[in-house]
Amino acid sequence: MKAKIHVTLKQGILDPQGKAIEHALESLGFKNAGNVRVGKYMEVDVNETDRANADAQVKQMCEKLLANTVIEDYRYELG
Amino acid sequence: MKIGVVVFPGSNCDHDCQYIFKDVLGQYVEMIWHKETLLAGLDAVVLPGGFSYGDYLRTGAIARFSPVMGAVKAFAKKGGLVIGICNGFQILLEAGLLPGVMLRNTSLNFICKDVYVKVENAATRFTNRCESGQVLKIPIAHADGNYYTDPITLGGIKANAQVIFRYCTADGKVTPDANPNGSLDNIAGIMNADGNVLGMMPHPERSAEAILGNEDGRLIFQSMLSSFGKPELQSKLIGI
Repeated sequence: MKAKIHVTLKQGILDPQGKAIEHALESLGFKNAGNVRVGKYMEVDVNETDRANADAQVKQMCEKLLANTVIEDYRYELG
Repeated sequence: MKIGVVVFPGSNCDHDCQYIFKDVLGQYVEMIWHKETLLAGLDAVVLPGGFSYGDYLRTGAIARFSPVMGAVKAFAKKGGLVIGICNGFQILLEAGLLPGVMLRNTSLNFICKDVYVKVENAATRFTNRCESGQVLKIPIAHADGNYYTDPITLGGIKANAQVIFRYCTADGKVTPDANPNGSLDNIAGIMNADGNVLGMMPHPERSAEAILGNEDGRLIFQSMLSSFGKPELQSKLIGI
């Protein structure tokens, strides 16, 4: 089973990279672009056939390592 | 005193820390590879600066799971003296030995320059050789030194005098302009509630010798020695 994991900064946490990209988009003429937020995307193969077990394992991975939940949110799809 | 300097893959200030404690301050220093699981007979442990594990995922996030970190946690829990400098501070945060996280500098730049920090609490095992409110000039060198934590935790560490260093002007004013990286409340260094674990972004080991033009940083290491009641031995290298 493959987990597709997104880790993003929580709302309200300053994202200087997002801000820099937003300014770059603006100077390229994309006047309608705003509130750019930069996150991480990860794929993990989970050697597990039971969906509930895989889900529990990926959740643990996110909580323990992949996201720092003080500043980051995570979400994932299993497929 | 017996000091352990932890070496992670990617540490690059480990030998500077060894040099200060061994050659400048005349102490016994042991280099500890990150695969070690025991810290026997040490008085203090240094987590040095650098780019452990290439800063992959987040700064300090992988180093935190090094075998040695279990031993460092146990050492800290027993009251052992632990100082984390720069990347070492980031590792202490990820390991949960200190509260909060580091965000990217607001400027997005890697900043390498001398800054001024104000000693906010001089009654600690890391600052007892400083005066309260004393301004130290110590260099920083980081891209992720923008300290952040939630308001409740911030209130707690402030109330408990755990904020040890704040970025300030040369004359000791804590202003937004003196804040190089956007750190919450100009925080440059914090301590745990028990007072035996310190994390700081500035590099005192890079400013600990007169011949290098600045010895403010030496006060931190001397304070650590003084807290054991064992002041530094006079070393040949200081030339006294």
